[in-house]
Amino acid sequence: MQSTVKEFKPLIVAFCCNWCSYAGADLAGSSRLSYPADVKIIRVPCSCRVNPLFILRAFQRGADGVILCGCHPGDCHYTSGNYYARRRMTLLFSMLDYLGVDRRRVRVEWVSAAEGARFASVMNDFAATIHELGENVKLEDLRCKQ
Amino acid sequence: MQAVAEKVIARAKELLASGEVQRVLGWEKGEFDYERTPALFEQGNIDKLVYDKFCAANLSKKLVEVSKLEGKTLALIKPCDSLSLNQLLCEHRVKRENIYVLGVGCKGMEGKDGLCMKCEFCKGKNFAISDEVIDDESCREVPQSDRFAAVRELEEKTPEERYAFWRSELSKCIRCNACRNVCPACTCIKCVFDNPDSGVAAKANVDTFEENQFHIIRAFHVAGRCTDCGECSRVCPQGIPLHLLNRKFIKDMDTLYGDYQAGEDAEARHPLINFTKADAEPSVVLNRGE
Ligand code: SF4
Ligand code: SF4
Ligand code: FES
Repeated sequence: MQSTVKEFKPLIVAFCCNWCSYAGADLAGSSRLSYPADVKIIRVPCSCRVNPLFILRAFQRGADGVILCGCHPGDCHYTSGNYYARRRMTLLFSMLDYLGVDRRRVRVEWVSAAEGARFASVMNDFAATIHELGENVKLEDLRCKQ
Repeated sequence: MQAVAEKVIARAKELLASGEVQRVLGWEKGEFDYERTPALFEQGNIDKLVYDKFCAANLSKKLVEVSKLEGKTLALIKPCDSLSLNQLLCEHRVKRENIYVLGVGCKGMEGKDGLCMKCEFCKGKNFAISDEVIDDESCREVPQSDRFAAVRELEEKTPEERYAFWRSELSKCIRCNACRNVCPACTCIKCVFDNPDSGVAAKANVDTFEENQFHIIRAFHVAGRCTDCGECSRVCPQGIPLHLLNRKFIKDMDTLYGDYQAGEDAEARHPLINFTKADAEPSVVLNRGE
């Protein structure tokens, strides 16, 4: 017999900058470190490429958690992209919180190309948090479906 | 106010008659008693120019187009409008050499329901930019108020309450776009909220994403440049407190990156196009107490 309780399979979107964090993910893979399959990586040229709307969009499309990874502050391939991203994301996260979206669902982590192990542990930790939180509120409902 | 208004109108007529300016950007009587509509005046219709307690509309955005016209335009600018104008000048959206800015004193503007919300929280009676000012003592009093009180009140609620509050507020929206159209910070020629293929100008959206997230996207687009002029909330036919979104951003930027008033200094870099190495990490949001 089939169980009626559906197992919660979260959808986690990870934006990773090409130069550090994506390479870090690569290293995690080639070092055979495991991280949850729920994490879908989107490669971006720099953390600064991530328009705040990308994150809203991810939530609207049903993401349960969104994480942005970039080079450590000071190490951005384009010198200062991550400093701008840092301000933008701080404000966005605060706004999401203000709108009633759980603030534990968004995160920024700096992961370098050499930190394969850190990449895996960051993703494991984030996925565990999202698992605990369960399904996200439907951001797409925020305006339309009262 | 009466005395100031008379002087303003006389001065506008004088400048127009002398040929120093080719036209005047001001207000005329609107459809309702409590409403004044922005309008352009020349020799023929200058008698229709009014200045009174119903001239709440911020004229600065009109200058984006008007300053492209041949010759000089006289612009009547209230203290709060001067911040918007200065911000537009900072973004090179208005041709400074084509405008003559007449700062006009203001005692607080009214609408259908009495004093405007933006005037209740007046940011001061100084002119960020002007070529000439006409005001008097009665126009310099600034009401004591805390514009972040309502934001704080919301912040203190539970996430569920906040979600319910915004859902019910934003669900009222009829997407008339009035808030965007009036906003002096929204001057993009190509706006994300328009769909050029729809055949319906300035209305239909490219897709549901922009539609559903309209209010948050709009607030983020003007973050750092929003002078908190309050026009968005004033024109919203549904009474949605849009200023609570703008003020949330302003409050956060003030606390995290130091006090900043958009439009005050045309040379300044606003907080979102600036950074310091010691900026807070985004985890401050996570770590602050409930
Ligand atoms: S208060 Fe509203 S109208 Fe004024 S600049 Fe900000 S968003 Fe635009
Ligand atoms: S003015 Fe009000 S009703 Fe119109 S689009 Fe803006 S929020 Fe919606
Ligand atoms: S290139 Fe990695 S954050 Fe800019």
